[in-house]
Amino acid sequence: MTVNGDENVLLRADHVKKYFPIRRGIVLQHEIARVHAVDDVSLEVRAGETLGLVGESGCGKSTLGRCIIRLHDLTGGSVIFEGRDISRLSRRALRPVRREMQMVFQDPYASLNPRKRVGTIIADPLRIHHQGDRGQIKKRVQELLELVGLSPEHLNRYPHEFSGGQRQRIGVARALALHPKLIIADEPVSALDVSIRAQVINLLDDLQEELHLTYIFIAHDLGVVRHVSDRIAVMYLGKIVEVSPAEELYQRPVHPYTEALLSAVPIPDPDLSSRREQIVLEGDVPSPIMPPSGCRFHPRCRYATEICAQQEPPLVAHGSGRHLAACHHPLNLGADPAASVPSSAAASAPEQT
Amino acid sequence: MDQPLLEVRNLKVSFRTEDGVVKAVGGVSFTLSEGETLGIVGESGSGKSVTMMSVMRLIFDPNARFEGEVIYKGKDLMTLSRDQMRKIRGSEIAMIFQDPMTSLNPVYRVGWQISEQIREHEQISKRAAHGRAIELLGAVGIPHPRERVDDYPHHFSGGMRQRVMIAMALSCSPDLLIADEPTTALDVTIQAQILNLIKKLKDDFGSAVILITHDMGVVADIADRVAVMYAGRVVEQGTKRDLFYDAQHPYTWGLLGSIARLDRPRPRRLTAIQGLPPSLITLPGGCAFGPRCPHRWEKCDEVPELTDKVGGGHLDACHLSPGQKRDRRETAIHPELSEESA
Repeated sequence: MTVNGDENVLLRADHVKKYFPIRRGIVLQHEIARVHAVDDVSLEVRAGETLGLVGESGCGKSTLGRCIIRLHDLTGGSVIFEGRDISRLSRRALRPVRREMQMVFQDPYASLNPRKRVGTIIADPLRIHHQGDRGQIKKRVQELLELVGLSPEHLNRYPHEFSGGQRQRIGVARALALHPKLIIADEPVSALDVSIRAQVINLLDDLQEELHLTYIFIAHDLGVVRHVSDRIAVMYLGKIVEVSPAEELYQRPVHPYTEALLSAVPIPDPDLSSRREQIVLEGDVPSPIMPPSGCRFHPRCRYATEICAQQEPPLVAHGSGRHLAACHHPLNLGADPAASVPSSAAASAPEQT
Repeated sequence: MDQPLLEVRNLKVSFRTEDGVVKAVGGVSFTLSEGETLGIVGESGSGKSVTMMSVMRLIFDPNARFEGEVIYKGKDLMTLSRDQMRKIRGSEIAMIFQDPMTSLNPVYRVGWQISEQIREHEQISKRAAHGRAIELLGAVGIPHPRERVDDYPHHFSGGMRQRVMIAMALSCSPDLLIADEPTTALDVTIQAQILNLIKKLKDDFGSAVILITHDMGVVADIADRVAVMYAGRVVEQGTKRDLFYDAQHPYTWGLLGSIARLDRPRPRRLTAIQGLPPSLITLPGGCAFGPRCPHRWEKCDEVPELTDKVGGGHLDACHLSPGQKRDRRETAIHPELSEESA
């Protein structure tokens, strides 16, 4: 169970909300609507684990990642890192915290300044945080390059001289420069070719073991997320709909959205692919400006009943107790019925167990 | 066997650039029968898109050089005039592109764009063409087509724009549909919708489909036959079953091994293909995959021919003997699985 005082918890997000205002008017600006990008999301990340964050575009997974690292200010809720609430810290107070958490971005072409040499790019965080003199910094940069599988002589080259996979390695080296505890990787491999993708995933794996890193791994590719994650949180329209130990999520998805998402992944095995039943969701993800009432997935859900449109299902524990899902009609509970909490009790059910 | 719908013979495409001649496609041959679906798999820069763009004669770069033949229903497309090609394009061969965000014109209404296409190839009144556009939008599963036909592309989501592209492609019931990474920019649930749509339309119209993709999963789902491309050449070609259950080329093994797949227990490590794809300006001598291939031996300094070594029309370009390949394949694709069983 998720105990608040758990010493292993490195980071906790508590009811995090991020709304983006939509404004009209030039001089007299007024807010006409809000995009509910992240809406009341709570989760925990334990030291040393990899938490996968999956969902389709627009589900708020990247925004949540950016909220956690304070690239966005929160609309509500708090982010607690190593027991300290960082969600209201000033820029200055945030600086030492920033050293502890770093980000690897999706697009290795856009996230490296094309006019800076690789050495400078990786050295920047070291300089900003005054980590030693020039000689020391140079030595560290060379170390880092080697660590991510590039040659230390590459120091004086520009980003355009590298391939996508190599650039992503540079991005990883930059993120590692300050010995962070937590790395938030936002779709780190989705811009790369399959064969290169495997290289970068293996690199991230090795680094985690070597440097005892904690990862939040944001991706839309369910195969990749399963491969890297210990636990996985599935997001839909700004909400977490299911959190579970990785393997369990794939064996026994509880939320119908997770079930549909898994069944939509093409399987590279023709026989299996033709045999399995695919659940094809109708329509598109609704707009996060006016999210549907009750359960946000109900307009596309094949199990939806009346209650789904009226009441928002809370995220409650099923099965092992480490498997949370927010659904009125949870699936795959047959295997372990005793442990499941009756979820139709809805409002009276505890928010977190 | 009767005459294939499309036969590409030894197609070569190169581009002159400041840095040298880029050999984007280095001798590609394949055939496609009526109603068949061919998947072309490869990484970026493997020449899969350039091949199909050349088949469609859509490369207008003055620095491009083409060689080879593209026989479509007995005619060599490479020798047709621009006007003749225009007639074929759209009416007999249609194409869907990767990026549905940029392949529609943002300043024209969706319905107008579809009916323009119809009117280009058929003698038909504006009103009738508009009606057809509504029908087509309905056929590709756009809700309320009557209202949506007058919307602009930015009113549509990515998946819906791809549906509009498919509607346009189908407007003249083409015999051949070329889809260049049609689902790469889309989410998995939307991808499933689009793939189902392509499958359904293939059945309804009996069109042949060439599907270009980098996703082995998509190929397994939809293709009848598969060609794997690497550095501008086809390295392996065969039926879907040949390729997934009896892969012959080490590059195909690498592709199959490097996918994090959901249908198998998760391996501790993915089998990555070492190194980088070669530069197309200075291709390595011999087998282009040689420098990255763990099974390289002396013979690999010669360029391997794409030939049928195992029978049944299953072609591959590798110097290893079928027996050697059989011995090495499983350990190459799933090193850990075979370790466990050993």
